[in-house]
Order: sequence, then C-alpha cells, then structure tokens
Amino acid sequence: MTKTAARRPAEAIAVRPVRAPSPVGGRGRRRLADQLRAYGFLLGGLLCFAVFSWYPAIRAVVIAFQKYTPGSEPEWVGTANFTRVLHDPEFTAAWRNTLTFTLLALLIGFAIPFLLALVLNELRHAKAFFRVVVYLPVMIPPVVSALLWKWFYDPGAGLANEALRFAHLPTSNWSNGADTALVSLVIVATWANLGGTVLIYLAALQSIPGELYEAAELDGATLLQRVRHVTIPQTRFVVLMLMLLQIIATMQVFTEPFVITGGGPENATVTVLYLIYKYAFLYNDFGGACALSVMLLVLLGLFSAVYLRLTRSEGDA
Amino acid sequence: MSTRTLVSPAALARPRGKALYWTVFTGVVVLFALAFLFPVYWMVTGAAKSPDEVARTPPTLVPKHWHLSGYTDAWDLMQLPQHLWNTVVQAAGAWLFQLVFCTAAAYALSRLRPAFGKVVLGGILATLMVPAQALVVPKYLTVADLPLIHTSLLNDPLAIWLPAVANAFNLYLLKRFFDQLPADVLEAAEIDGAGKLRILWSIVLPMSRPVLGVVSIFALVAVWQDFLWPLMVFSDTDEQPISVALVQLSQNIQLTVLIAAMVIASIPMVALFLVFQRHIIAGIGAGSTKG
Repeated sequence: MTKTAARRPAEAIAVRPVRAPSPVGGRGRRRLADQLRAYGFLLGGLLCFAVFSWYPAIRAVVIAFQKYTPGSEPEWVGTANFTRVLHDPEFTAAWRNTLTFTLLALLIGFAIPFLLALVLNELRHAKAFFRVVVYLPVMIPPVVSALLWKWFYDPGAGLANEALRFAHLPTSNWSNGADTALVSLVIVATWANLGGTVLIYLAALQSIPGELYEAAELDGATLLQRVRHVTIPQTRFVVLMLMLLQIIATMQVFTEPFVITGGGPENATVTVLYLIYKYAFLYNDFGGACALSVMLLVLLGLFSAVYLRLTRSEGDA
Repeated sequence: MSTRTLVSPAALARPRGKALYWTVFTGVVVLFALAFLFPVYWMVTGAAKSPDEVARTPPTLVPKHWHLSGYTDAWDLMQLPQHLWNTVVQAAGAWLFQLVFCTAAAYALSRLRPAFGKVVLGGILATLMVPAQALVVPKYLTVADLPLIHTSLLNDPLAIWLPAVANAFNLYLLKRFFDQLPADVLEAAEIDGAGKLRILWSIVLPMSRPVLGVVSIFALVAVWQDFLWPLMVFSDTDEQPISVALVQLSQNIQLTVLIAAMVIASIPMVALFLVFQRHIIAGIGAGSTKG
C-alpha cells in the first residue's frame, strides 16, 4: 500500500497534463473496477491455494493437538499426541532411517551426477543420446522403477544377485536383509532421479566462460587444478542448491519403502512419511499423524528457509 | 561455435588426446547402456518370457520364445484400459485446471496490480517452503470434507484436479515469464481498446508458448508419476490411476504379467519424453540455473 502512495506524486506530474480532468471519485471508482477485475482473474487460483495449501498447513498444527476421528467432534488433548508418537519405538527407527537415507542419498546421489556431468560436458559426440538416456529413468513412473528393482533384488532369480554371481562375488540379501535394505533403496532412488541432477549440472557447466579455462591453462594449471579452481567455484552455487533440494526431497521418501520393502525387514526401512501414512490409514490416528507431520514440517521448513535465503542473497549479489 | 570446456581442443587434437577421448567415450557409452538402458531392456524382454523362463537361474539374455501373452494378459486381467483411462482423465484435467487458473492468477499478479498482490504472492511462494508430502494427511482430511460446503471429493478426479492448481512453482514460472513480456505491446493493445481478458487470450498467451509448454509437461508428468496422493484419495479400485493399481495388484499376479503391465504403464511418459525431449531437456537446464 505504501508503494502506491509513494508512486502517486510522480504519476500526477507526468499524467495530469495529458488526461482530461476527471470528476472527483471517478478515479477511485475506476480503481475499484480494476481491483475487482484483478481479483476476478486471481479468484480460482487463490481459492485453490487457500483450501488445499494454506488451510491444511494450519490444520496440521491444530489437529496435532486434538484427538481427531473423521465424522466426530475433535477433542483437545494438549501435547498427548506428541508424547504418544515420541514413545513409539517406530518413531526413532523412522527418523534414524530417514536421516540415514538422506545422508546416503547425498553421498551417492551427489558425487556421481557431478562426475557424470563433468565427463559428459567434455564429450563432443552423441550429446543428445547421452542426455536422453540419462533422463530416461526419470520418466519411468516411480512406482514402476520401484517394482522393477524389487524384482532385481529378488533373492531367487533377481538380476542383482545374478550380476554378482556373474562377477564371482558373494551374493547379498539386498532389500530383504535388515542391514542392506536401506542402501538398496538408496540405489533405487539414485537410479531413478539422477538424470535430472545431471542435466542441471550440465547446464551449469555450460555457463562457465571458456576464457577462465584458457587463462588457467596459460598459467600452467593441470586438469585437476582446473577442476578445483575453475569448475568447482563456478558451479558451487548450483551444487549447493541441488544439495538442499535433494535433502528436502529425500526426507519425504515414501514410494520406494512402501513398494519394495513395506517398511521392513524389522522396521529397517520405515521412513517418517511412511510412519505418517501408517498412523493415518492403519491406526486411524490422525492426531498422531499430524503431530508427526508438524515435526517433519518444522525440520524441512528450516532447510527450505536456508535454501530461499541462499537463492535470494545470490540474486542480490 | 562450441565453447571451450575443461579440456582444450588442442589437447584433444593430439594423438594421445584422441585415443584417450575415444576410450572415455566408449566407457561412458558402455556405462550408460548397462546402467540405464539394460534395466529397461530387461523389463521389456522379461515380460515376453514364459513364467518358467523368467524364474530361471542363470537367466536368459534374450527370451527363448517371445510370448506376447504377458502383455495381453496384463491388458485384460489387470483392467489396464480402465486404469490408463483414469490416469489420462486425472492428468488431462489437472493440466487444464492449472492452465486456466494458474495463467489467470499469474497474469493478474504480473500485470493487473491487485491490492495486496505482494502479500498474495508471498503466501503462494511460502507454500514452496512447505514440502507438499509432509501435508498430505491434513490435505486428505480437507478433501474428504471440504470447508463450508462439506462435500467429499474422495474417489472423484476433482481431488486431483483442484489441488493441482495450488502449484506455486508453475504459477511463479508463468508470472516471471509474463513479467518479462514487452510492456509497450500490451499497452498498445490497451490503447486499441482491448479488454484484459482479450489481452491475455490474444497477446499474452500466444507470446508465452514456450513457458506454457514447460508448465504443461510439468503438470502432466506430475500427475502421471504421483503415487502417495492418489493412493490416499482413491480407495475405490475402479477410480485408481495406473500407479496405484499396479502396486495394489502386484501381490496377487504372475510376475511376467506384472512386468508387462509395468512396461505398458511406462510407455505414455517415455513416449512423451522422446517426442518432446529437446524442450524438456532445455527446460530443465534453463529453469534451474536462472533461479
């Protein structure tokens, strides 16, 4: 509001001599009509945001403090939902699994795409082919890639163990072993999502001015030194952004554990989102589900805030 | 034409450089074929094997006999036409709703200067900070009993269509594009007496084809790939999209038939990708580095 007020004097000087003097109030009425029109355009989108984004966010917080069963009057229960959820042994397992999953996904799903993009950027042939092939798994529905890898991990005729036997390596339990299940799921998620990251890194690499490499080479920098002192500093921002986005995305992992392991074996792959789903649809405990959602929300909100802070400060610079 | 990259063209022209380049090139081709193409090949051929052959160790690289019965059984037994149609309806509706309401809202925020426009935009962008999946349960409760009108959208495609409009990313993409359109063209139209709707329809939208294409692809892919939300919303088997149906039916169906169904479920998105690959790949690169 203060902005329009500040703009008015300048407008008055520039516009008045040209426009015919309008009766008092005419301008106000015009403005009201303009506003009504503007809000007419906004209405549909605004309603959808209000009902399906803003309202559920507020509701999550409210229901987290209620005993809530659909169809009956909600009851205030204070922090009972939180204490109940906190004492659930699955709670610790879910958070430990989610954080481990995120960390492993970061270690695997972070270095590999960067290296791939670095190599792909140097290849001068079949560029389109590489880009299409690396992105192909992203276009396969996540449910299909999860079911596909569930079949690969099959202890009987699964491709994963066949490959190990072919290479004369000891076979593994993959997603069926308590200690290997989580890593197996990280491999699936990385395979399915890496294409997008590679393409974004490639775009970032292509925006590095060639003169920087030329200058470094004239100064006698070796290949690794050029990577270290030109490529990495030049792409640092994109890398950091993707890292944060990946953390936010992998902390909400659901499809892979739900489809491949069902949270097992022995809760080894129960994730926070999976637990939220279980509370709501298996235990019919919507209060507990919302209490968990709020915890996840706060943590992810923090990461998002860092992300936005970084993008904004980069935009100012 | 091509810009200078990490390795200098001079180094590549030397015999040793050339040999090294082709070694790396071959290595990457083999790696990509094994890592990304082979699993897909395995899926397509696995569905064509007989139930015995698919369970055999060591496995056969090429099916001994090509059975199309896996594919036809999947089509009939798993009611794939029904589930594919459901997915198409859900995706097309979400696309249409997003295109109408998001463009209108983005146009208003970009060009019509609504009062509190900044606040509204801030509220929309704030939803980017709130990860969508973390809010599925309260969103589900909202859809099951809409505020004020107390209607349930469960098992109704509207449960996909309407929440799809609340897509801050696509809306912001559109708004930013509209912001960059030349103001003098829009002003000229206004002086010629065109109304706001007319300007949006005849000037803004035709000038915005690239961004509309990107938003359309994002909207379609998002619905086709989604799993958790449709799993919650469609308890009625007849309404379920292909992703949910695949998982629900995967327990009690022969492996070859399931694999065939997985192939069929992947075809539309892979085909869409192969047709629009240039735009999709360019869009991913451009959208992310400019932000």
